[in-house]
Amino acid sequence: MSEKQILSSDDIRRAVTRIAHEIAERNEGVRSVLLVGIRRRGVPLAIRIAGTLADIEGVRVPVGTLDITLYRDDLELRGPAPVVHSTSMPIDVTGRTVVLVDDVLYTGRTVRAALDALSDLGRPARIQLAVLVDRGHRELPIRADFVGKNVPTAGDERIETRLIEVDGGEDGVFIVRE
Amino acid sequence: MASTLTASPTAKTEQTSVRRRHVFDLDDFTRAEIGEILETTASMKEVLGRAIPQVPVLRGRNVVTMFFEESTRTRISFELAARALSANIVTFSARGSSVEKGESLIDTVRTLQALGGHLLVVRHSESGVPHLLAQHFRGSVLNAGDGRHAHPSQALLDLFTIQEKLGQIEGLKVVIVGDVLHSRVARSNLWGLTTMGARVTLVAPRTLLGPARHWQATWPSVTISDVLEPAIEGADVVMALRIQKERQEAGLLPSLREYTRRYGLTAARVQLAAPHCLVMHPGPMNEGVEIMPDVAVSAQSVIEEQVTNGVAVRMALLYRLAGES
Repeated sequence: MSEKQILSSDDIRRAVTRIAHEIAERNEGVRSVLLVGIRRRGVPLAIRIAGTLADIEGVRVPVGTLDITLYRDDLELRGPAPVVHSTSMPIDVTGRTVVLVDDVLYTGRTVRAALDALSDLGRPARIQLAVLVDRGHRELPIRADFVGKNVPTAGDERIETRLIEVDGGEDGVFIVRE
Repeated sequence: MASTLTASPTAKTEQTSVRRRHVFDLDDFTRAEIGEILETTASMKEVLGRAIPQVPVLRGRNVVTMFFEESTRTRISFELAARALSANIVTFSARGSSVEKGESLIDTVRTLQALGGHLLVVRHSESGVPHLLAQHFRGSVLNAGDGRHAHPSQALLDLFTIQEKLGQIEGLKVVIVGDVLHSRVARSNLWGLTTMGARVTLVAPRTLLGPARHWQATWPSVTISDVLEPAIEGADVVMALRIQKERQEAGLLPSLREYTRRYGLTAARVQLAAPHCLVMHPGPMNEGVEIMPDVAVSAQSVIEEQVTNGVAVRMALLYRLAGES
């Protein structure tokens, strides 16, 4: 197994700051924005983006949590069903600009599930997507609005995101080859 | 642990502790597995609170409810749970079916399998029927109550309600009062409560209790008593069980009035318990027999919540089995 670091903890911090600025610019402020982190690592990223937005815009942007397990399309459910963690929205999604946040964009299937889950919760005015890493290999017509870093990868590689809130240790993004 | 991202989002969600195809009782559940089910139940409860209380996870799955014994809340609860997960639900009714023509239980199950059933929810007055049927069915079987053996979904909804209201189960003193000898609810609750670390006391007249060693052989920590007052002192949860009128006819009770006088849950008796004590009942209640009407609707009563939580618990169970059926 080989492992190569592609984002350091400083890189991640800068990427989060840049994404926050882009969100504010694209939406002419953040008054209608609701950040929604996709479990698990999208959640701490959404909280970090909200923290930066509080600094640069002086607005506390609400942060919701989305568990997409019940919307997955690979639930022919062969094998043990994963625990369903909580979904919680601090405010109604209807009429909001929802910015979905995840760590890695790959096939697009997780985002597809998240879009379905969100539309069951209400009718956002618009939905945007922010990801720390876009590694390509999309299987669905989905693209991100805000990307920390584009990383070309091979199919047999994995991307590992480590965030202190979830994983402890130090932040970092790695390409792992078995 | 570091995250692993592969083509399937599966890798993003941690897997559960064990594979499970059937649920007959809680006797083979670890604390970890019960914890996982209670957590999933909380998420299912959030789904039920939405404007559109339905998720697509069991789309295309055929759930068959087979109730050979009368039931309102359990059957409807399972059916609402299956619908909330977008499963197809078929209600098998013994009356008007080929069972009346003499088709055996096992043949019936084979037929349901050939018709494409994935998950059977079975209630029967004989202990062991769900287990028997599972041996002739390729999908999953979920016991919705069999004889005096087990009622796992009831016990899980009781555990969920206790945890939701009191924040924990471990270390709590739980009193179960009533016809424990004939009660599948008491047995499944004994498994669930003791696995989660609660201390359980069973209270009943001797004729509805049996010998202490009978209980302690299986659940060594259980306490037995035929007097309610001392047992209920300081209790965190008191659960009354339904008294079947047939018990009196069978000579196990001198009279229902006599039972009520000694074991009925009155406000004065609940006063002896801890101030936060929850009053529970699996239903249907005989108000005025095992529980007084004012106690049933008191601030401490969570009987209605038990019914509501039943749907979320059954969603969690159906979802968990769907991967193996």
